[in-house]
Parts: sequence; structure tokens; C-alpha cells
Amino acid sequence: MQVITLSPLDLGIAAVLILALAGLSLRLRLGVERQLLTSAARSTIQLFLIGLVLKVLFDNVHLLWVALMAGVMIVVAGREVMVRQKRRFIGWWGFGVGTLSMFVSSFTVTVMALVLVIGTQPWYAPQYAIPLLGMILGNTMNGISLGLDRLTQDAAQKRPIIESRLALGQSWQRAISDSRREAIRVGLIPIINAMSAAGIVSLPGMMTGQILAGTPPVEAVKYQILVMFLIAGGTGFGTVVAVSFAARRLFDERQRLRLDRLSRPRN
Amino acid sequence: MPSLRLQQLRTRHVGPIELNVDGGECVCIHGASGSGKTLLLRAIADLDEHTGEAYLDAQRCSLLSAPDWRRSVALVVAESHWWGECVGEHFETAINTGWLKQLGFPEEAVDWQLSRCSTGERQRLALLRTLMRNPAALLLDEPTGNLDQDSTLRVEELLADYRRQRQSAVLWVSHDSGQMERVAQRRFILCDGGLVEEERGLPCR
Repeated sequence: MQVITLSPLDLGIAAVLILALAGLSLRLRLGVERQLLTSAARSTIQLFLIGLVLKVLFDNVHLLWVALMAGVMIVVAGREVMVRQKRRFIGWWGFGVGTLSMFVSSFTVTVMALVLVIGTQPWYAPQYAIPLLGMILGNTMNGISLGLDRLTQDAAQKRPIIESRLALGQSWQRAISDSRREAIRVGLIPIINAMSAAGIVSLPGMMTGQILAGTPPVEAVKYQILVMFLIAGGTGFGTVVAVSFAARRLFDERQRLRLDRLSRPRN
Repeated sequence: MPSLRLQQLRTRHVGPIELNVDGGECVCIHGASGSGKTLLLRAIADLDEHTGEAYLDAQRCSLLSAPDWRRSVALVVAESHWWGECVGEHFETAINTGWLKQLGFPEEAVDWQLSRCSTGERQRLALLRTLMRNPAALLLDEPTGNLDQDSTLRVEELLADYRRQRQSAVLWVSHDSGQMERVAQRRFILCDGGLVEEERGLPCR
């Protein structure tokens, strides 16, 4: 495998693009030049830091370190899911619903892939475990936050309809069924779109990276298919679990719709 | 003869309410807007948090499952809401065609698109939707609010028939004093969170 190492100069050439774009923004008064530069700087620093962390992690293979890293990733992802909600659950539920569902789906899918499919030695080998978990987590996070956002907004909007159904003696499951189905569907659309466009419209980032780093295309493709399926599984099950938990939480033990458990909408 | 009894019922600024509506009896409630009439009905239907207890005969609300309670003690709100597109899909059983006719609908109304129904038509259909579930007690929140004179009388007549046949307890929120004269055996005004009875002994129709 021939890896062409990138020199700081190579990256500097790519950075010129960002500077040019910032200049254009200034010229056209788009007002995004500051954001553009800070986010570019942030991603540079964050990626270098994670590179260092991964280097240390790869040199000291221990389940505890891998678990710690995975824990940090999931907490950050959980926070991200919460922040993206327009109406989130008050208290620990706001953080808990997304985080718990991500834990259930992403961890199960990643461990399954490591043990049953890739079969690394040891099973938690960080070269495989961390990037896989990262990719699955990132996508699951998207699906869950889209699904939860849709569910809570829909429930708030359709409150009179849901309460009419309750008043007719329907169970909470039936009263919220339309909103729940829609929320799960919305959470799954991105990964379904990504799968159907993969290879024709877009070359997925992971595969591109592998090919650029010198892996034979067919090997890269096989990994990409694996990752795609794992992501779809993680996102799908994660969204179903999160939306179902959230739907349950919208009703109390007397099956009343409890929108007061949601915070006020934010913009 | 299922009677509806409220014991120390309290929800937000309403209550404590003590009230007994006998089976076959119709009790009207009126009061200024914001006095909590809708809140009271919602609490009885157990759609809002409340303290105190509601009984249907000897059955306590809190001991029944919430859907069972709401099937027996059915709330009909002023503005009707629908989730499907067609009238028929909101009914669990075939609609009683006699009742349809009594409210001024042809039999084909089952297949109507809701988006093409007027507000008044939807309100009457929503009442039918509830009556077809055969509730033992009815909580009506301005059930004729959007209706013209003719439709109002049809609804009143159907509800009186239902009440007599089923011997159900009816709690009716209304703004129309003429209507209260026609339908109620007793009437109350909701004021400062409490129920005050007005002029007893109206002739039972």
C-alpha cells in the first residue's frame, strides 16, 4: 500500500481556498467570513488533537481507554442531539432520550460488526472500533435528532387532534401513531437517500479516503458497503427506539398528552 | 341509570366542585369566558391533571384505565378535529343511519371528504362519532356553537332521545339561555371557580 504523505505546504495550498472564500464573502458582504475562518481553524485544531489522541490510543491498546473514548463520543453526540431540538424534553429526559437510544443502537451495531464481521484481535482494537463507532454514531445522531424534532413539533401542532382521539377512548399509542410513523420516516430518509445515490451521484467519504490512501478500489468498496449497512441499521433502530421512548414520555400514566414536559420552542 | 358524580374535583383555578348528575338528567353550565367551563369538562374526562375524584355510578375514574373511562364519559369539544380524510374512517362501527337522517345528513355522508364539509357539518358529525361509541355520560362543550337554528334544534332533539333511551347523564356547557331553557333540568353558573345553582325545578322534558 502506497500512502502519499501530505506536507504542511500541501494543506496550505488547500487552505488558500478557504482564505479566498473569506475574501469573497468580505467583498460581497455575505458576513460569513468570520464564521468561515473560525470553523476552519476549529476543524484543523480538533482533527489534529483527535489524531494525537488516536495515536496514543493505538499505541496503548486497552479496553478501558477505548471505552472511555467511546463514552466521550456518545456524551458529545447526545448533547448535539439535544441542542438541535426546537422543543426538547425538560430535565434529564432532554439529554437521556437521544443518548440512551444512541447507546443502544450504535454500540450494539458496532460491537456486532467488530465481533461477527471484521473479527479483529482483540475485538476492541481501536483502529477499527473508534472509526466505525464514529461513523455510525454520526449518522445515528442525525437520524435521531431529525426524528425527535419532528415528533415533538408534530405533537405540539396536532395537540387538538391527539386529544380528540384520546377523548374518543383511543389509547395513547393509537392517538400518536400518525406522528410517530412520520417522525421515524423522517429520521430514516437521509440514510435511504445516501444508499440509493452512493456510487452514482457521490463517492462516499470513507471510500474516497481509503482509495486516496492507496487501498485497491474493490477492497474500499467492500468496506463502504459494510459501513453503509451498519449505518443504516444503527440509524434505523436508533430512531425507532428514540421516537418510541419520546412518544411514551409525551403521555403520563393516565394517558394525558403532556406538552408541559417540553420546553418552549427556540429559534 | 348511570349517574355522574364529582367529588372535590379541582383543576387549576376551578374547584373544588361537588356535583351529581343523575342518569337521564341534563345539567347545563354557563359562565363568563375564562371561568373554566372547558377546563372543568377536560378534568372530568381526565385529559388534564386534577385532584379529587369523578365517579360513574360506583366506578372511580382513577381505578378504570384512562381509555375505558373516556369511552364511558365522553367529551365532545366545541371545535371538531379529524385525523383522516374521509368521514367513515373515523367511525369504528357502521353509522346509525337513523341518527344521520335526524341530523340532516344523507346516508352517503359516510363517504364524504372532510375537507369539503362545512364547520357546522363537521361539528354534527363529531357528535355522531362520539354517540356511536355509546357513552354512559356525555360532556358537551357548546355542541351547537357553529350551527344555525334548524341544525341546533335537530342536535338538541337527538341528544334528548339519546339521553332518554340510554338513560345517560349529560353535562352541557352552553352560552344560549334559550337553549338552556329547552334542554336542562338544572342549571349552574361557574363563577370564581365554584358552581352556583340557579332557579331549581324547571319542568322535565
